[in-house]
Amino acid sequence: MSETTNQPVTYLEAIRQGLWREMEEDSTVFLLGEDIAAFGGAFKVTAGMLDRFGPERVINTPIAESAMLGCALGAALWGMRPVVEMQFIDFLACGFDQLVNNAATQRYRAGTAVPMVVRGPAGGGVRGSAFHSQNPEGFYHRAPGLKVVAPATAEDAYGLIRAAVRDPNPVLYLEHKYLYRRIKGVLPTSGGLVPIGQGRVARPGRDLSVVTWGAMVHTALDAAGRLAAEEGIEAEVLDLRTIKPMDDELIFASAKKTGRVLVVSEEPRTGSVAGEVAARVAEEVFSWLDAPVARLTCLDSPVPFSPPLEDFYLPNVDKLCAKALQLCRY
Amino acid sequence: MRRPATPSTFEAMRTGKGLGPLYPGEEPASERLAATSLSRDQQWQLYRYMRLNRGAEDRLSNLYRRGQLVGGAYSSRGQEATSVGSAYALEPQDILGPLIRNLGAQLVRGVEPRQTFALHMGKAVGANRAKDNLPPSDLSKNIIGPIAMLGALIPVVGGAVLAARMKGERRVGMTYIGDGGTSTGDFHEAMNLAAVLELPLVVIAEHNGYAYSTPTAQQMKVKDIALKAVGYGIAGETVDGNDVLAVYEACRRAVTRARNGGGPTLIEAKTFRMKGHAEHDDAGYVPAEVRAHWEARDPIARFERHLRERAFATDGDFEALGREIDGEIEAAVQFAMEAPLPAAEEAAEGVFEPLPGGARP
Repeated sequence: MSETTNQPVTYLEAIRQGLWREMEEDSTVFLLGEDIAAFGGAFKVTAGMLDRFGPERVINTPIAESAMLGCALGAALWGMRPVVEMQFIDFLACGFDQLVNNAATQRYRAGTAVPMVVRGPAGGGVRGSAFHSQNPEGFYHRAPGLKVVAPATAEDAYGLIRAAVRDPNPVLYLEHKYLYRRIKGVLPTSGGLVPIGQGRVARPGRDLSVVTWGAMVHTALDAAGRLAAEEGIEAEVLDLRTIKPMDDELIFASAKKTGRVLVVSEEPRTGSVAGEVAARVAEEVFSWLDAPVARLTCLDSPVPFSPPLEDFYLPNVDKLCAKALQLCRY
Repeated sequence: MRRPATPSTFEAMRTGKGLGPLYPGEEPASERLAATSLSRDQQWQLYRYMRLNRGAEDRLSNLYRRGQLVGGAYSSRGQEATSVGSAYALEPQDILGPLIRNLGAQLVRGVEPRQTFALHMGKAVGANRAKDNLPPSDLSKNIIGPIAMLGALIPVVGGAVLAARMKGERRVGMTYIGDGGTSTGDFHEAMNLAAVLELPLVVIAEHNGYAYSTPTAQQMKVKDIALKAVGYGIAGETVDGNDVLAVYEACRRAVTRARNGGGPTLIEAKTFRMKGHAEHDDAGYVPAEVRAHWEARDPIARFERHLRERAFATDGDFEALGREIDGEIEAAVQFAMEAPLPAAEEAAEGVFEPLPGGARP
């Protein structure tokens, strides 16, 4: 099924419908990936697409992330809009050179547009262990020429995949696999594009700003609910939606209003996007702050496997509330 | 020299017997050039490109030594027959992905020497305004620019011809790799992907004996790179890379096969890099007898003897051509010297393609 209705659909189905819509509207959009054709992808994001769009536009590839990404770069230079699926986003490291060194720098090096999307499941909480759970935004947000988006809701998953396909630059689209079938949303019957580079206020508040993205938006909203009920603290939750280019204005306006900023991210702490958010806030709105910028991140370790280990590794509502109280009592 | 790579060549692959003339004492290359369908005028055109290729690169070496270039310079001296003969087999609509040592191929596609000199001086000409030291992609000439990481350009050119095929265009792609470059993962991934997708792609492996300083024997256990085609189930061919006519004919066959839906071909051109990896490298690691062996087979001198024997050109023709090329090169150098450097602030521009309608990226 491809048509949007007013029935709620999962985050995964929203990605599928957004892609489907772009495939319908633009015959230059095509898909490359492992097991994406008849099998419909490891998570079924491309289910049904082979039948509708044919093997010319839904292309199964050998296990070759680097060649797949290089191929997408060449096709993008030649006027197509390739969308490459990484079966797990961890595997993007196998094609790092093609994406970071080659595709992302192509515009700067030669003045040529590279409209391509790389998408795939990121994130932990599903006991996927070190090779199937990473959030790689820290590796990629610093790559000049690359945009990075990470939707937290079904609506944004739909709107951002469509915007990513239409963007004339390489876009890394991070799907959080924990959210795939756990959240739902009603998709718009028309429009619904979410501009890349714009965050949103997921919950307004006056006492502190919680800046986050991806699955952590839901953790932050749960924590904000508890903080309001138990402590009378009104946390404002910002969902960045796009990691790069970052919506500085949204972050700074919120920071000026609340005077307290907690950045929450599901990444190892060192070199994280959370560090970048903290640095921007410290540089630009220091004099409005009532407390140092704080970060809640994962450990500086690989993503561990066994449940108590992974639970200890990940941020959660308890940790977030504790950190928020600390900030508010500073 | 021609030998289709089929499973029956496994014995040759294992023993290395009857392989190319890469070293003194092995099977010598024939002085005689391959039979060709090219006319006298076309052969003269090939010769002219080879002379321009060498003349331009020798001038770059000279400028490098005088400190008048920015960064390094990578000469293809000795490999001109491969660069020129291969690109000459393409039609204008075909897509070329040259490496840094393929100035000859770029010249065949209409790149002007003045662009090359200006780029080597960091001057603000061309689409990239000297933001990168490599020749930029020029889609108006159907050129996709080199990528320094070897092997990485192969899937990119493959993707371009995939896109062309999806759009109903009958374009063939041609790109290059060195002997060392065939050791990379990208080479393997790209050859296999091109084979599976049956892409109209011709990959020229310029087997020049050394990857920077590392001889082929330390790079791989096969002596004919074309034999690697067997592993991908595609056509492969070894050719005398110092015979421009042999290179042209082999490439023409491969291009025709690709255009007719016959999929990719791996062509190995056995040749020799007469200079170091770049101008800073004196190539002291090359034994004197190997150098002498190849200098006796200089592709330009050899082609000149061929043209003289057939009376395709006179002493006067060669002299006039020399003067013409010298003049073209000096005009190009003059242009480059006078061209402006980019404004410093341009460093911050052009990272992203603007959205249609001028919205911020």
